[in-house]
Amino acid sequence: MTRVLGWLAVLGLLAGLVAGFGLAPREVTQGNVQRIMYVHVPSVLVAYLAYTVVFVASIAYLARRVEAADRVAHASAEIGVLFNGITIATGSIWGKPTWGTWWTWDARLTSVAILFVMYLGYLLLRGMIEDRERGARYAAVLGIVAALNVPLVHFSVLWWRTLHQPPSLLKPGAPAMSSAILTPLLVNLAAYALLYAYFLAKRVRILRREEEAAA
Amino acid sequence: MWKDLLVERRSKETLNGLFFFSLLLLFVFQFALGPDRERLAAVLPGLLWLGFILSGLLGLGRTFLVERENDCWEGLLLAPGDKSAIYVGKLAGNLLLMLVIETVLVAMFAVFFNVDLGAAWPALALVIVLGTVGFTAVGTLFAAMTAQVRARELLFPVLLLPVQVPVLLATVRATEAVLLGEPLGAVANWLKLLAAADLIYVVVGVLTFEFVLEG
Amino acid sequence: MTPDPLVRVSGLRKAFGTRRVLDGVTLEVGAGEAVALLGANGAGKTTLLKLLATLARPTRGTALIGGHDCARRPEAVRRLIGLVAHGAHVYEDLTARENLRFWATLGGLRVPPAGLAAALADVELERHADERVRTFSEGMRRRLSLARFVLARPRVLLLDEPFAGLDQRAKKWLEEYLQAFKAGGGAIVMATHSFGRELAVADRIAILAAGAIALDTPRASLTADDVQRLYALHTENGS
Repeated sequence: MTRVLGWLAVLGLLAGLVAGFGLAPREVTQGNVQRIMYVHVPSVLVAYLAYTVVFVASIAYLARRVEAADRVAHASAEIGVLFNGITIATGSIWGKPTWGTWWTWDARLTSVAILFVMYLGYLLLRGMIEDRERGARYAAVLGIVAALNVPLVHFSVLWWRTLHQPPSLLKPGAPAMSSAILTPLLVNLAAYALLYAYFLAKRVRILRREEEAAA
Repeated sequence: MWKDLLVERRSKETLNGLFFFSLLLLFVFQFALGPDRERLAAVLPGLLWLGFILSGLLGLGRTFLVERENDCWEGLLLAPGDKSAIYVGKLAGNLLLMLVIETVLVAMFAVFFNVDLGAAWPALALVIVLGTVGFTAVGTLFAAMTAQVRARELLFPVLLLPVQVPVLLATVRATEAVLLGEPLGAVANWLKLLAAADLIYVVVGVLTFEFVLEG
Repeated sequence: MTPDPLVRVSGLRKAFGTRRVLDGVTLEVGAGEAVALLGANGAGKTTLLKLLATLARPTRGTALIGGHDCARRPEAVRRLIGLVAHGAHVYEDLTARENLRFWATLGGLRVPPAGLAAALADVELERHADERVRTFSEGMRRRLSLARFVLARPRVLLLDEPFAGLDQRAKKWLEEYLQAFKAGGGAIVMATHSFGRELAVADRIAILAAGAIALDTPRASLTADDVQRLYALHTENGS
């Protein structure tokens, strides 16, 4: 099952690469740099998906105390942080030629960066608690607080920037998305979602094996 | 809460320490930024909240230290009944502590940096109370979580600060507006965000505290 | 043994990481009965008490107190037990009376001032009621700790080294207190690694070694020397 998922993800990624770098047209104003969007956008969406899974699994753990839920939360947080990191890296790479700078305190960049440190803190907390059961409980509480905080972060950062600087300076005019761009994007999104599912299944299994080996 | 206040009144450790700390903060800000009044005025709201947060990190982090003496933590857990009452008590105690410290800090800022609070003070008080509730609600929960962890002093701010970004942004903006003499209506968005954040944090704290206390 | 023992532990296991501190502990304690748990340091005595006190969850197996599962229904269990562990659960900067009032309030008990005074008198602390715990001796702390149970009236007392650090007078007082508690139909589980006065209170002696009960025997048939010998026998080939 997991293996099938893995191959599907590989196929999806290949299709995504072909679609994004082969089939999709060269963007008029930004040139080839724009193609990084096919990595950037799916990875941020997958990161959000991963954090949502952390949230749900955390609640499930506190309600039911099944270790499987805790493992899902743990694995999903790790993968979320990974994709979150990819989002920031690709954003930077895109930002340098487009905005002329690696980093800017743009609203979306900032909120994505805050999520990144928030969930890094989550993983840090997990690493610092030796007692397995207590670690799971604390992490679940943090997973819930962090997830509920996501909309607050989003709005506060958005207003923080937009109230003071017109976003048009920072955000290049978003061209209406044509299907030539949208289709490769969706292909990539599906591929990344598959990749996430594969990682999650794999990582949960590894965590379980580790615990079994330790017990 | 009654118990904590009594303990605090007897020992006066935290309060004395924090008063002194906030006085020192004032010096540090002054030295770091130089005597230029205008520049100080421009960054004053930020400085004020930086002062609150630094004091809060120290003060809130100590919330549950008193429970470690003679294993009172165990006793709390063993007491039959609703554990959220303990959270509410701790929260109320912390809130009082923070508001006292903040009052002192504001007064000191007003004197040393020659800020005319004038008619702005009721609005300022509202903003500060709203911000402090959110900060303290999460701080109390996280303090309970980190009280039992080895690297407590490190982990507490690392977890708390990213989560507090929305509150921080909102309060700093609102404080800025209030100090500039703008009506509260101009920052209604921020106040609503703060109120929403306060509500979410307190509710989550009440609901999840039981799981944190478990040891 | 009564048909429905107050404390019933079966197949209890607790693992910390790779280490199984308890592995298959089975034990029953009836009303009016006291069991002394003997074992070397690290044999798992304290861990067993913590599991019974709902402070930790077992990895496997069950512990029932008054028919309630310690892991599943901790709230119900907490109303039945009183734990005296290494920490006395008292605040240094509060007086004896204030400590007592705090714990009573937290436990949802409404105790009039006279009730507090009576409880303090029961543990012979009435003369020190308004002194801070910081100034108290070990024996006074332990008595204050027990005063909470005068108010809360648990059915099961869980004691961890109850006699350690007490002088002769305090030991005698505690022994009488525990005898009275038993006579009132309560059950006592106490952990110890000494063979002194605690054995006089105990009806049974259980030796904990290698994470399990190595021996569970009535005390009446044994002399202190017998206990010492059995203890040595079971703890040496154990861990």
